[in-house]
Amino acid sequence: MKPSVSIEVVVLLAGLLFALGIVGVIIRKNIIFMLLSVEIMLNASGLAFVAAGSRWGQPDGQVMFVFILAMAAAEVSIGLALILQIYHQHKSLDIDNLKEMNG
Amino acid sequence: MEIAFYIAGTVAVVATLMVITRHNPVHALLYLNVSLLAHAMLFYLLGASFAALLEIIIYAGAIMVLFIFVVMLLNLGKETAEQERKWLKVKVWVGPTLLAAVLFAEFLVLVLSSGQGTYSPAVVSPRQVAVSLFREYLIGVELAAMLLMAAVVGAAHIGRHKRLVLHRFLKEEVEKEEEKHEAVML
Repeated sequence: MKPSVSIEVVVLLAGLLFALGIVGVIIRKNIIFMLLSVEIMLNASGLAFVAAGSRWGQPDGQVMFVFILAMAAAEVSIGLALILQIYHQHKSLDIDNLKEMNG
Repeated sequence: MEIAFYIAGTVAVVATLMVITRHNPVHALLYLNVSLLAHAMLFYLLGASFAALLEIIIYAGAIMVLFIFVVMLLNLGKETAEQERKWLKVKVWVGPTLLAAVLFAEFLVLVLSSGQGTYSPAVVSPRQVAVSLFREYLIGVELAAMLLMAAVVGAAHIGRHKRLVLHRFLKEEVEKEEEKHEAVML
């Protein structure tokens, strides 16, 4: 049942998924897709944590994954509430339309 | 069993690629769900069955439903897909993708030059995780509880639907002007 994998492959997989998340955040202009890409990045970091925990046989990796999960849930709820408000006020999800924040 | 790991990893990468390139939000959400299930498979193969369960129940079950509800509420359909098709041009995505690829290549070289070798993932049972969570990381659990509470209250406050009023003085002026207008009309 136990596969024998090398830790490099797992960490490289996590890095690849994280890079894909970064690309998604940068190239998209729709704010929902940016939030989705942030979720991808959080998942990739969780994968790295779990891989490290399984490498040393310690539960700390999964504990950190639980914390990441709680943080992601909080972030998604706040982010989606903000998206709803933005859509009601601007009738658009284009981040270029939010210039009044002067950010 | 290595082949299962590589298959799940490939599925995760391909599904993630589809997420960041789809035009329709619902298609992207469904691909992200597939990617999350592949992540759960990876966690299980790494001996972290508790993390796999949480990934399926909370991420693929709860958070994705939240996203789908918002997409439904905003009624994002064909028009959004058309807009995305207009926005997602080659000259927009090629630069950031190349730079991210360069960073990933650096990461690749660094990781491959470390030479750790293979190992058999140790199975970490939910019991061990729970003992660690409620003993060493108890303060973290309490902080996470406070964070979730703040998020719930904040989401309820932000999501409240109210009329757009720029400032209360402006609102009063608008009302005064309306009154004046009405008086003139009379």
